[in-house]
Amino acid sequence: MTKRLISILLSVVAFLIGWHIFTRYGDIPEFILPSPFSVWNRFLQAVGDGSLPYHTGITLLEIVLGLLAGVLFATVVGYILAKSRTLERLLSPYIVASQAIPVVAIAPLLVIWFKDGILSKVTICALIVFFPVLVNTIVGVRAVPIALYDLMNSLHATRAQILWKVEVPASLPIFLGGLRIGATLSVIGAIVGELVSAEQGLGFLLQLGDFQYDTAMVFVAVFTLIALALMLYGIVTLLEKRFLKWQN
Amino acid sequence: MIRTPILTIRNLTAVFPNDNGGLHALDAITFDVRPREFVCVLGPSGSGKTTLLRILAGLIKPTSGSFTFGHGEQPSIGMVFQGSNLMPWRTVIENIKLPLEIRSVPEQTAIAQAHEMIELVGLQGFEDALPHDLSGGMAQRVAIARALIHDPDLLLLDEPFASLDAMTRERMWTELSRIWQMRQKTVIMVTHSINESLFLADRVLVLTQRPGRIKMDMEVDIPRPRKDDIRYTLHFGKLARQLRGAIM
Ligand SMILES: Nc1ncnc2c1ncn2[C@@H]1O[C@H](COP(=O)(O)OP(=O)(O)O)[C@@H](O)[C@H]1O
Ligand SMILES: [Mg+2]
Repeated sequence: MTKRLISILLSVVAFLIGWHIFTRYGDIPEFILPSPFSVWNRFLQAVGDGSLPYHTGITLLEIVLGLLAGVLFATVVGYILAKSRTLERLLSPYIVASQAIPVVAIAPLLVIWFKDGILSKVTICALIVFFPVLVNTIVGVRAVPIALYDLMNSLHATRAQILWKVEVPASLPIFLGGLRIGATLSVIGAIVGELVSAEQGLGFLLQLGDFQYDTAMVFVAVFTLIALALMLYGIVTLLEKRFLKWQN
Repeated sequence: MIRTPILTIRNLTAVFPNDNGGLHALDAITFDVRPREFVCVLGPSGSGKTTLLRILAGLIKPTSGSFTFGHGEQPSIGMVFQGSNLMPWRTVIENIKLPLEIRSVPEQTAIAQAHEMIELVGLQGFEDALPHDLSGGMAQRVAIARALIHDPDLLLLDEPFASLDAMTRERMWTELSRIWQMRQKTVIMVTHSINESLFLADRVLVLTQRPGRIKMDMEVDIPRPRKDDIRYTLHFGKLARQLRGAIM
């Protein structure tokens, strides 16, 4: 574990040094590629004047709400589809077709419908999260061994007991796999929405930096996004560690 | 030994729907089981043995015929499945207390009873082990403990030792025989093995090829406790030959 941390740290340091040397001796203008030090200074400044925490907070709120809505909806629909072959046959063409539409393409539409407040971003985020979680919920619930249903039924278990004592734990490994993908995609969803139209959020900060040739600001926004994505990924990994201990 | 039957089975017939007129699995099965009797059901693959147990456990309805338990009440069932059918995410003790959880027995009582069962099947020290750390024989002991913990009226075992190696299997016969004598249960056990049925049963039913009908109903008048070496007695050999003849 510490060995892994050290190697990650080393690779980051090497990257920063390489970057620094490249900008320092490569004669590259700041607005094309700022040095790591100017990015760091810009970061401190943006934290100091409160703009970075504010916009990060907005984006994080959109991501969390979008993720919650998308996961909740996908789990409920996925469970119902897993249980009913008929419904699945009726609905799956629409669900698959909906996946052929890139979210980027309908983002402007959603902004028109929901105005440019955070609701449109939350919706885009939820849409992009929906599919991987839905698919994994269906696959996960279908993978529950029939013999465990027999066991529960032979003991006259209620539907709720079967759900909580068998279906949820048995489908959790596959479900969390979907959540892992969904969590990463949710960051993309929020940013796509903000890039279309927003007065706040990291996507807005990104565009602002772009317009003002404040490239260091663009980098600060990008790195903050990476940090958000890593954090979400880390949370899902922790959930897996906590709930899937029995798998190893 | 005339006791009023605790289970009366009359003309049980099971037909599974299929494309050519239905698959006839069981045909007019009629027999009585006395209280605390150990009945083994022998028969070729596909003769409907599992189907019979599933009907008695209330997992499927017979196409026709009926069975009555005691004075007509719904019997409580303990079932041991062909694979151990444990929940891989639950520890040994958590698996064993499942039937009590389903009956909403208070946690403390459930744990205490589970400890008693662990002692009964000789798994002290493995309370917190996960199923994938257990050998096949240990997993089947857990399954037997789980089937007994709620003190069921009827114990149904479906080829419980089929996947074990010969040595372990014979040790499990002695174990099961001891447990059965301590807990005084009515048992119906499906098996492929003539030896197994003669070691354990008061009575052996032999089913025909599909559709399963009762071909032979044999009392096993070998005194108990039955030791390992009874198989070398003339009487054992005679009964075994009779069963073999009926199965062929
Ligand atoms: N749910 C089911 N649907 C259709 N056919 C079934 C079902 N369960 C069992 N069968 C068929 O019924 C016959 C008897 O099966 P089973 O009771 O499992 O036999 P056994 O346990 O004696 O090997 C088999 O041919 C099997 O394929
Ligand atoms: Mg079977």
